[in-house]
Amino acid sequence: MGRFPNCSLIGKSCAMCGIAGIVNFDDSRVDRSLLERMIGAIGYRGPDESGVMCDRNAGLAHARLSIIDLEGGSQPIHNEDKTLWITFNGEIYNYIELREELIKKGHRFYTRSDTEVILHLFEEKGEDCVKEFNGQWAFAIWDATSGRLFLSRDRLGIRPLFYTLAHNAFVFASEIKSIFTDPAIERRIDRRALDQIFTLWVTLPPTTAFEGISELPPGHSMTVKDGDITVKQYWAPDFPATYRERDRSDWVDELRSLLIDSTRLRLRSDVPVGAYLSGGLDSSVTTALIKGFTDSRLRTFSVCFEDSEFDESSFQHDVIRHLDTDHQEVRCSRRDIGSVFPDVVWHAEKPIVRTAPAPLFLLSGLVREAGYKVVLTGEGSDEILGGYDIYKEAKIRRFWGAFPDSRIRPLLLKRLYPYMKNIQAQPIAYLKAFFHVREEDLDSPFFSHLPRWDMTSKLKMFFSQDVKAELDGYDVYDDVRRRIPEDFERWDEFCRAQFLETTCLLPGYILSSQGDRVAMAHSIEGRFPFLDHRVVELAAAMPPLMKMKGLNEKFVLKKASEDLVPASVNKRPKQPYRAPEAVSFFERTGGDGTDYVQELLSSDRIKEDGLFNAAAVEKLVDKVRRGQAVGIKDNMALVSVLSTELVVEQFLRNFGKWSDHGRD
Amino acid sequence: MEETEKIVREFIVDNFLFGQEDDQLANDTSLLQAGVIDSTGVLELVVFLEESYTIKVEDDELVPENLDSIVNLARFIQTKTASAAVAGGD
Repeated sequence: MGRFPNCSLIGKSCAMCGIAGIVNFDDSRVDRSLLERMIGAIGYRGPDESGVMCDRNAGLAHARLSIIDLEGGSQPIHNEDKTLWITFNGEIYNYIELREELIKKGHRFYTRSDTEVILHLFEEKGEDCVKEFNGQWAFAIWDATSGRLFLSRDRLGIRPLFYTLAHNAFVFASEIKSIFTDPAIERRIDRRALDQIFTLWVTLPPTTAFEGISELPPGHSMTVKDGDITVKQYWAPDFPATYRERDRSDWVDELRSLLIDSTRLRLRSDVPVGAYLSGGLDSSVTTALIKGFTDSRLRTFSVCFEDSEFDESSFQHDVIRHLDTDHQEVRCSRRDIGSVFPDVVWHAEKPIVRTAPAPLFLLSGLVREAGYKVVLTGEGSDEILGGYDIYKEAKIRRFWGAFPDSRIRPLLLKRLYPYMKNIQAQPIAYLKAFFHVREEDLDSPFFSHLPRWDMTSKLKMFFSQDVKAELDGYDVYDDVRRRIPEDFERWDEFCRAQFLETTCLLPGYILSSQGDRVAMAHSIEGRFPFLDHRVVELAAAMPPLMKMKGLNEKFVLKKASEDLVPASVNKRPKQPYRAPEAVSFFERTGGDGTDYVQELLSSDRIKEDGLFNAAAVEKLVDKVRRGQAVGIKDNMALVSVLSTELVVEQFLRNFGKWSDHGRD
Repeated sequence: MEETEKIVREFIVDNFLFGQEDDQLANDTSLLQAGVIDSTGVLELVVFLEESYTIKVEDDELVPENLDSIVNLARFIQTKTASAAVAGGD
């Protein structure tokens, strides 16, 4: 196998870090123009420059957002003798330390980039190199000597990576739309993916919304050689069966020092770094930690809502005053959400059950306008330190389940959701059913998630008879059950809930639809100090009581940050991030719905697409239009059906038109 | 009673099942167990009862014995409308 003869830049103004590539199994020459189109389709991921490398049957492409080594970091890049080539999206934060070690071992570097460090560590350690990385990544390394492609994705699924096998070739990319650039690749909705999303909110990798397109799961690497694919897990969240004796202050101190170090590493950048502020504890801690590393005034960004029900700006302003940041906010109305929703779905590339990604799409736009490329956020803290209501809810439900006839214990559930009027009005017999505190529920491995998953699964009533028939015999819970580790039953219930949340919702929704995809849409890179694997592993090793003391969530973080953030933020109960839902789509035209909503949810269109029951959707739309859809379920139904129809419109029906729109 | 059951069924099918008749939904099927109504659904039921039959559902009447099946709902409506008629006649 020869060396790669030509690696040229397509231009300086193409597209943020996005990657793509092809390996032809029949040794036919790779189509360079197809690779250029593939990387062009996700140009917004890397607007600074792009490059393509082709050698006979293999090709790699890269769209770059220049953040580290602005002059020398162009990709794809190679090792000393040009036998290894890499295309990489992400950041390896400990690259400076790894580089020094590699130089001592005799490796020679021609750039200052983290990308080249991956390549040399791969030379040194092979596939195990990924275990040394502290960062977020999706990359592919082409080994020209052996004709082998090695791909890897970070531990928690921060950076995306999709692939398919089509017409005797392996094709991969950061986003599915890039793969679909090849007209020979079929575009069809995967019915099982619909079942998964209409239960869990996410697809279960390798399943994606599209038949034949796979997602490399977080914490996995894969090898492609001679038409064979091998996928291996190199990391997974793990919890102890028993906990080591340790003083509380030791846990607190270690968490704080690790967070400081994780933030320090995530400030490694050759461009200025900003921060998101939600008004909650996590982003406030992140912002306070950044302040510790800089003398200049930090730029912060936030979303606030016209609807006071969702707005947290008073808490945001407490933090802004406390930390004296240079702050900008985007004010989000219902109408804004309705307007940008099609773009959000285009980037998410799958149906979404909530509108919450839309305001974050607007926020990344604001950051881009401010001239920033990188933001640090508090993402991941709620999963690893037990901040979400779902953990608290499970604890109360279990407490109630121990004495099901108690009239006092269920009242805690009403205290948990002070902002949910419907819950407040419920009699106990109803709470018991809604919160699954029945005997058969108490033994379920998914006890913590049953209320959410069972409620969401009711949305499947909108599926058409054809879809229901195709899904006959498929049990999404069995699919989840197959993925839980052997030790799962030995873990504390709190940890089981954390595992489910960290492996399902975090990668499939929080870090993707609500994370990478809406940030990258405006060429913004998110960095997450709480998702440093050392922090994640420390949090997993902590006794659950350190994470939730009684019903006091993220107890250890509150202790660790007492002197960092305002008391109002440190002491406030967690408020989930939410946005206006179904009503957002009926604001503009006197309640009839925005143009695209009317069209996509019309009976004719629903019948033609064949995924949903047209009569049922008509009644749902009517209920929303009359202002009668006040519950979570009806709201999720409208958002889910609409986003699914948008996926059909954008990826099946009018892919060419939407691809052009995406390039604009 | 049959007529009331029919009206209640229509409301439930229309409002909670979006017009999709469910073969499993017998008149004595538990709406909770069958997952037909959620936490908001109970409140929607109450609004339906109060608006359609001009009755007031008290907090202590929000129990499955009154609301958890078509037959229970119909019986509850009959009891309430009968007592309202008696009260009105006084």
